[in-house]
Amino acid sequence: MIRGCERAVERLFFGAAFISALITISIFGFMFVFGLPLFSGGRFPEIMTRPWAPHLGVFGIYPMIAGTFAVSLLAMVFAFPLSMGCAVLISVTGQGRLSRLLRRTVEIMTGMPTVIYGFVGIFLLIPLVRGIFGSGSGMCVLSAALVLAVLVSPTMILLFCDSFERVPPSYGHAALAAGATKIQRFLHVTLPCAGQGIIIAFTLSLGRAIGDTLIALMLAGNGVQVPASLFDSVRTLTAHIALVFAADHDSLEFRAIFVCGMSLYLLTAILSLLARRAGSKRRQQ
Amino acid sequence: MQSIMNPLLGAVIFSLIFCTSAMAGDLDSFKGDKGELAIAGGTAHIPVMKEAARRIMTANPEIRISIAGGGSGAGVKQAGEGLVDIGNSGRKPSDEEIAKYGLHLFKWAIDGVAIIVNPGNKVRALSQEQVKDIFAGRISNWKKVGGVDKQINLYSRDEASSTREVFWKTALQEREIVANVNIIASQGAMKATVSQDPFGIGYISAGFIDESVAAVAFDGVMPSQQTVKEGKYAITRGLYSNTKGEPVGLTKKFLEYLFTVEGQQIVAEQGFIPVQ
Repeated sequence: MIRGCERAVERLFFGAAFISALITISIFGFMFVFGLPLFSGGRFPEIMTRPWAPHLGVFGIYPMIAGTFAVSLLAMVFAFPLSMGCAVLISVTGQGRLSRLLRRTVEIMTGMPTVIYGFVGIFLLIPLVRGIFGSGSGMCVLSAALVLAVLVSPTMILLFCDSFERVPPSYGHAALAAGATKIQRFLHVTLPCAGQGIIIAFTLSLGRAIGDTLIALMLAGNGVQVPASLFDSVRTLTAHIALVFAADHDSLEFRAIFVCGMSLYLLTAILSLLARRAGSKRRQQ
Repeated sequence: MQSIMNPLLGAVIFSLIFCTSAMAGDLDSFKGDKGELAIAGGTAHIPVMKEAARRIMTANPEIRISIAGGGSGAGVKQAGEGLVDIGNSGRKPSDEEIAKYGLHLFKWAIDGVAIIVNPGNKVRALSQEQVKDIFAGRISNWKKVGGVDKQINLYSRDEASSTREVFWKTALQEREIVANVNIIASQGAMKATVSQDPFGIGYISAGFIDESVAAVAFDGVMPSQQTVKEGKYAITRGLYSNTKGEPVGLTKKFLEYLFTVEGQQIVAEQGFIPVQ
């Protein structure tokens, strides 16, 4: 009886896993089929390398790829040290109450809807960036990256904390017994042991920064150009999809967003594969 | 207390009844109706749609009307595919679209596309050549058109916007738009952005202009109901509501309501030019 029940549950879970894998794969297939008119005739390299000028019949998404990397990598430049600092304060040097308070705050922040950050960004950050740096509209790589950093940091902080806390306490005790300070223990024991966890947290957060639509759409300005400075208006792949989505659905313009979708899909797939490899390496150790 | 409340309450109820009955004339056709009506598409249409829907739903709470944006492209597409009952567009749907989906068009207003700047900006007039040069990036400082010595921040609309299409065809005469232009996704967002940016320039449906932004005269003509109506203001377009096939039932009544005296009055109140 119990075995039969167990088997049924097993099948149920297998079915669920199979269906979700199937959906993921078929989404990719779907995007490929819809993007096909753009791939045929060897136009693929053209799409990946040329600018976007629909009225001239050029549907390159290179500026959007460059924009995506500019915004998300800059966001990580801000978010990584910020998250590392917070995580250290919470789980390494912090005293009981302060670190608990900080942790609760960070936990609440992880659930904040993106649109709120975007909204606050428009009314507070954009005028500030415009005012401080003098030129430009304030809608630029920098503004979007700053807000994205705030968006991805909470998750990164919690993942960092997790990876610090998973280091066996006996290691830490040994270091303390040998006369190390808390900081020394962190730098020479915890950090090396938590290395893989940090890499995983970084890659997952980068994936989130690349995949976020609303913040880039609201704050990056959406200008179609390869950014030459932090104050240039850029359009990310996600924002491009959102903006072109309402165009005439039979046009090549519209087909081009399936290529954007595929690029995003592949990018995030590669990132999560990298994260998984880092994870499996750690388990082997 | 009670004695004060009652006459007050009575007055309120009386005025409510009086008002609704006085205004209900054009809403009579909705009596006894119920059902849902989905509207989507052009963002310029939204204020009129909302006001019409509010009055209809107040007169008859059994009717539910939902209004979404998405842009003119989405309006035509969604109406054509039967996803919504009415798809709005700020341009006349193309002949291919009309043939493909069997669209019926209802043009219920004329609208000007106004060039706007921040109210703090002193520039209040631009020639067509200046506008073309500004959006092509050849004029990049307000000083060159009589303003302060500051960089011009450009705002344009997304690919699906018919406001953009009309502006590009009429005002820019299909000239290029420089790459560093910021793209805004709706009429409302455009107004909010330019009202926030002291050195910005953009364009919106003339019906959306209020004190938070300042309209700019185009070739010496200020966009207003009067100049659009008389054909003096150059950048204009029709506001269309489209249905797949002949509209029936609630859809038909809603569209008819837009053409009634009251409907056209809403159109005018929201800053557009009635067609009748």
